[in-house]
Amino acid sequence: MKVTVNGEPLEIEQPISVQELLVVAKAEQPEYVTVQLNGEFVDHAGFASTTVKDGDTVEFLYFMGGGAR
Amino acid sequence: MVIHLTLEDYLALVRHARTVAPIEDCGLLGGIVEDGAKVVKKVFYLTNTDHSEEHFSLDPKEQFAAVKELRAQGWQLLGNWHSHPASPSRPSEEDKRLAFDRQASYFILSLAGGEPVLNSYHIDKDKIATKEDLHIGTY
Repeated sequence: MKVTVNGEPLEIEQPISVQELLVVAKAEQPEYVTVQLNGEFVDHAGFASTTVKDGDTVEFLYFMGGGAR
Repeated sequence: MVIHLTLEDYLALVRHARTVAPIEDCGLLGGIVEDGAKVVKKVFYLTNTDHSEEHFSLDPKEQFAAVKELRAQGWQLLGNWHSHPASPSRPSEEDKRLAFDRQASYFILSLAGGEPVLNSYHIDKDKIATKEDLHIGTY
């Protein structure tokens, strides 16, 4: 099955969780990413229970922040 | 890594950060990678959801919207930027701790002192910051 991850096509054998997909997509620190599945935000608490299926579009971005001190 | 930013974008960045000061200003950098160099095509101005003089966090909704826009142009997310209204243009310990994207360039614009100073850094997985070769001007 085919999904799109951050604008790039990705082949996966079967439906997997968002948590598993982040591993496949080599997100280095998944606890610090924000995810949209088909344009809808997925809470961190739902990463393991939310399934990515054929044709889905997943976007993930790293948290970006910091401080001057 | 060499990274190019137009003078026009640099001046706009400084103007915007001065307007937002003393709150830290922040955003994203969209562009292309060409001949091994990053070329900034657009500076995105995002909301600092911390509304703080010493901290910043980019708004996730605005991040996704900016990435959607830059991807539609055929560009990549090259990195992000933020201002230090009253401290030097170098990554703080918190900047390094919260730098999770190994591919990103981290622009830091200092408004401390008389003249603004803009530097770009790469921050590796060991949190070592390396200054990048930032060229401001025509490309």
